[in-house]
Amino acid sequence: MSDIQIWTTIFIVLTFGIYMTIAWRSRVKETEGFYVAGHGIPTIANGAAIGADWMSAASFISMAGLIAFLGYDGSIYLMGWTGGYVLLALLLAPYLRKWGKYTVPEFVGDRYSELVRTIAAVAAVIVSFTYVVGQMNGGGIVFSRFLNIDITYGVMIAAVVIFVYAVLGGMKSITWTQVAQYTVLIIAYLIPAVAVAQTMTGIPIPQVSFGQILNELNALSTELGMEVFTDPFTSRPMVDIFLVTMALMIGTAGLPHVIIRFYTTKTVRGSRYSAFWALFFIALLYTTAPAVGAFTKLNLLQGVNGTATDNLPAWVDNWAATGLVTVNENADVVNSVSNDPTAGADLTVNNDILVLASPEIAGLPAPIVGLVAAGGMAAAMSTAAGLLLVISSSVSHDIWFRYVRRTAGDQERLLVGRIAMAAAILVAVIAGINPPAFVAQVVAFAFGMAASSFFPAIVLGIFWKRCNGIGAAVGMIVGLGFTITYMLYTLEVFGLSAHDHILGVSPEGIGAVGALVNAVVTVVVSLLTPPPARHISEMVESIRYPAPRRVPTGE
Amino acid sequence: MAETEDNSPPPPGGNGWRREYWKKNLRLMVVLLIIWFAVSFGAGILFVEQLNQIVIAGFPLGFWFAQQGSIYVFLLLILAYCLYMDRLDKEFGVYEYDDEPTGGTAEKGGES
Repeated sequence: MSDIQIWTTIFIVLTFGIYMTIAWRSRVKETEGFYVAGHGIPTIANGAAIGADWMSAASFISMAGLIAFLGYDGSIYLMGWTGGYVLLALLLAPYLRKWGKYTVPEFVGDRYSELVRTIAAVAAVIVSFTYVVGQMNGGGIVFSRFLNIDITYGVMIAAVVIFVYAVLGGMKSITWTQVAQYTVLIIAYLIPAVAVAQTMTGIPIPQVSFGQILNELNALSTELGMEVFTDPFTSRPMVDIFLVTMALMIGTAGLPHVIIRFYTTKTVRGSRYSAFWALFFIALLYTTAPAVGAFTKLNLLQGVNGTATDNLPAWVDNWAATGLVTVNENADVVNSVSNDPTAGADLTVNNDILVLASPEIAGLPAPIVGLVAAGGMAAAMSTAAGLLLVISSSVSHDIWFRYVRRTAGDQERLLVGRIAMAAAILVAVIAGINPPAFVAQVVAFAFGMAASSFFPAIVLGIFWKRCNGIGAAVGMIVGLGFTITYMLYTLEVFGLSAHDHILGVSPEGIGAVGALVNAVVTVVVSLLTPPPARHISEMVESIRYPAPRRVPTGE
Repeated sequence: MAETEDNSPPPPGGNGWRREYWKKNLRLMVVLLIIWFAVSFGAGILFVEQLNQIVIAGFPLGFWFAQQGSIYVFLLLILAYCLYMDRLDKEFGVYEYDDEPTGGTAEKGGES
């Protein structure tokens, strides 16, 4: 075993041990603990848990790599995956917490009708499932590269660990484990970033110092056949950048596994501050990511530019074994670099490896490489666990006990929740071994679907009392249907052929249009049909105020 | 807060205070969302090419807004919302104290 493998094994075994211990200590016996951690999570801890829940394998493993190759156009992920928290904090979190039950479909069920609840539960399963596949695959990549374990077994090992703590403790275990996972992943992300920033610019704050290398990076990028790093709209037109950013923001605010986290706080006030802390913890990684992308790319290009192909740095060989780095057989000297295998460049590098390989590319010592591997695992597992909880709660709480066993007791509900969780993990493993595309792209489609289904229904439900069940049901079906149809039209999936983008709108950006379609349809249909019942108006009224009013006493 | 005395919302039982509380909440929301849109979609996307003419500390300004600045502003917006809503809740007597949760059951929050 190499040094890197030894250190990776040490860190992975150590962190997995910590997660298991925490899970055992916070195991639950009641349904309320299983689904919403008994509404008892302190604000800052909840913020860190949301951060880990939110930052997936895509954020940790793929994002900086994508930015490295997309340059400015990679901003869609940076703005899109953070801006949604403003929408969450202002439009959703306090109201959903005040209402205070278990799942997202349950809210729309109470607000609208049983039909809407069922549609929402099915949509939650589809969205979460699309998302979880990427996480499983991300975990598999870490195992296959660092430990030389086949990707299939890698996915299985990760799944067994998630299985133990998710089935044991539901939301409570998942939340406290995620706090630990956040700590692991942020340390793993920041240490190499700070080290690289220090060596390359002398300023150890990557957010500030990567400005200094942008000129050099722009020059070297063009020399090796790539676009100018800081120039906008090189890979997508402006309209598409706008729509993809919007779709990711609205999607963030509509993802059931994120929304549900605001149910776990003690108070309405706590849910607002949770949104703040969540974005704070997320911003630590998100403002560092573009710096990591820029530094790693410059390091990489400087290392290979004009180098003979039989004399390349050692990391090229290490990663070539995974098939994620390929050297063109016909090239003697590296004169062009690309991330696109069809471009025929002298050196082809997959986006997904840049973060994992960055310590090696920068020549940092083996323990740091091992730490980054453990961080990647933490990111993938924490998100997967949150998603699996949503799948299990939708299937058991919103479908099974509504249609099959209406009168079940608490023990039975808990048992079925656990069985649903186990089944979801099994299916996720099978799909995770054969994923459809790049990890980050798969995730981007989940956002479009969340944006076009949940977000308009929930926001209109809170802010517009006249909105009724028929309107919301038709709106969700039309919005989601429109979005999925366009995705199928433009992508090569399920044996369909890909068509050109209409007006430059990519399948990742269509969710923003889908959300608009959903909202318009909901409003029109609501106005054409009778208003909702009186008790529903009263419910909407009551969630707008955090606590029963107490007249201010003399000050 | 003397203004609560002079300007006090209608007496308990009446629901006029609700409309006023909600109106203030909505107004704050709209202002914050305009800023949200202006920094990300405005400075970061629609006007990025014009702003890129200005370079500060090596960063073209539009590029900086898209990859750094907008995230910092998002964070400040949420903080502003939390603090203002705390004040509004107190002013209208709907402030919650941590020892009396609103919904569900209160429980110790895990010990690890």
